[in-house]
Amino acid sequence: MMVAPRHGESRPNNLDLTPDAAFAARQRTVLRDLSDSARLWRLCWSLAWLDIRLRYRGSMLGPFWLTLSTAVMVASMGVVYALLFRMNLHEYLPFLALSLVLWGFLSQLVGDGCGTFTDVEGMIRSVRMPFTLYAARIVLRNLLVLAHNLVVIVAVYVLMALWPGLRAVLSLPGMALWLVDAFAICVLLGPLCARFRDIPPIVSSIVQIAFFLSAVIWKPGQLESHEWLLTFNPFFTLLEVVRAPLLGEFPSLWVWISALLWSAALWCAAWLLFARVRGRIAFWV
Amino acid sequence: MQRAAEAPPAATIDAEHVSVDFPLYHSSARSLKRAVFSTVSGGRVAADANRRVVVQALRDVSLSLRSGDRLGLIGGNGAGKTTLLRTLAGIYEPQAGRVRVRGSLNALLDPNLGMNPELTGRENIMLRGLYDGLTRSAIRRLEEDVAAFADLGEFMDLPVRVYSSGMVVRLGFGLATAIRPQVLLMDEWFLAGDASFMDKARARLEDMVRGADILVLSTHVPGVVLDWCTRVIWLDQGRVRADGPAEAVLSEYLGHPVSRTPPA
Repeated sequence: MMVAPRHGESRPNNLDLTPDAAFAARQRTVLRDLSDSARLWRLCWSLAWLDIRLRYRGSMLGPFWLTLSTAVMVASMGVVYALLFRMNLHEYLPFLALSLVLWGFLSQLVGDGCGTFTDVEGMIRSVRMPFTLYAARIVLRNLLVLAHNLVVIVAVYVLMALWPGLRAVLSLPGMALWLVDAFAICVLLGPLCARFRDIPPIVSSIVQIAFFLSAVIWKPGQLESHEWLLTFNPFFTLLEVVRAPLLGEFPSLWVWISALLWSAALWCAAWLLFARVRGRIAFWV
Repeated sequence: MQRAAEAPPAATIDAEHVSVDFPLYHSSARSLKRAVFSTVSGGRVAADANRRVVVQALRDVSLSLRSGDRLGLIGGNGAGKTTLLRTLAGIYEPQAGRVRVRGSLNALLDPNLGMNPELTGRENIMLRGLYDGLTRSAIRRLEEDVAAFADLGEFMDLPVRVYSSGMVVRLGFGLATAIRPQVLLMDEWFLAGDASFMDKARARLEDMVRGADILVLSTHVPGVVLDWCTRVIWLDQGRVRADGPAEAVLSEYLGHPVSRTPPA
């Protein structure tokens, strides 16, 4: 018995490929790429889930190794930096746990985003798939990792008998912004890193520098009168729109404005670049 | 299952004046420095940076295939056979011209077919089904079908990495031939190794090829072409050198007359 293609069951494959010279035609191709990916959400989910399962196949704790290593890092850094900064552990540890987990998501995502297409070279060259599918897979995979690390945050909050209150709900719009940004980062860095092989090391050093500049391990208030400078740092403002509500604070309006402006710039750049080079990606990987 | 009765529209392939250029980025051309310099300085460095090697893999290729066509692509190494298959599959997009394909399509290009050796046989089958956009029940049928063909037993739930090479071949082959497309694009490796395949593999492949509306097969084994194809295109350095009935083009290509052996 063979699985015969049933009309409407197998992926419809009606190709009409021409070099898209016109601007409008390119935008339509991007939209089609996106809608094709959306239709393959089950594949996307399976790929992301298998990525995690594969990494920890055969290990006892499985993906909870992620949780454990984050917990160890938070505990050790928490003690050292609370001493260095002469801060109350009760106040500092929740801040650090949140910062490290959220930053971990961000930096891992940017790193993975560089390989959005180069890591799946074999797949790209053997079957036609919407390219944004690979970007969505990376976002989903990193969300799963984040979900495992949330356990650490919950544990710290319970340990410190903290309750962020209803304000924590305000981190949800920030999280939504993150998701769209994360997708845009993969769509932007994927083709760039496929074409120019020296971009990944550049990106990783930028992220490393940003870690120290973006109030991840130190508190923004420690800058005292210079705190306003942080408003121009996209890494900081994006971190803050999710982190502050979870600490029971309101991010300032300027932080939100900066986060939105940087995000809008990122989306535009990602969209325009992708629309322009989509047809070339298969030749670059 | 009602839909199964409704026949899909006949498959077609139309390629009009298709050209595909392949940029070869060696280490320096990929460098960001070069690209930045070329925009900043204009002139000489730009000329340098643009001196990247571009292989014109396909030049002005036109072909049109209708239901029932069996096309063989012949030509030496680097003639553009695989590039043409990839272009028809929509993997490479043409820089000039137009490619239109109607009908479900399966391209057998890569011997491993994107199999992940770390995943179990069952997971690989599931992923393939998902790539093809199959429903849950269709994936279950796919799994049964491939399992029956590949005869893996309890190895189905072990990573492909631990399979014997024979098992990997059986799984890959069973998987590749399980989904019947209207348009079948095939690279020669798939038929070349027929000596090592069992009879049931050959029967399965023949069944799939017969079931396809359109076959495009790339090979340089003349016997394979005569067995499977009615029409042949001879590609030479990315151009169509000859296009016509299998025997005629093959005779021209080989430089001596050939004739179809009577079917066994």
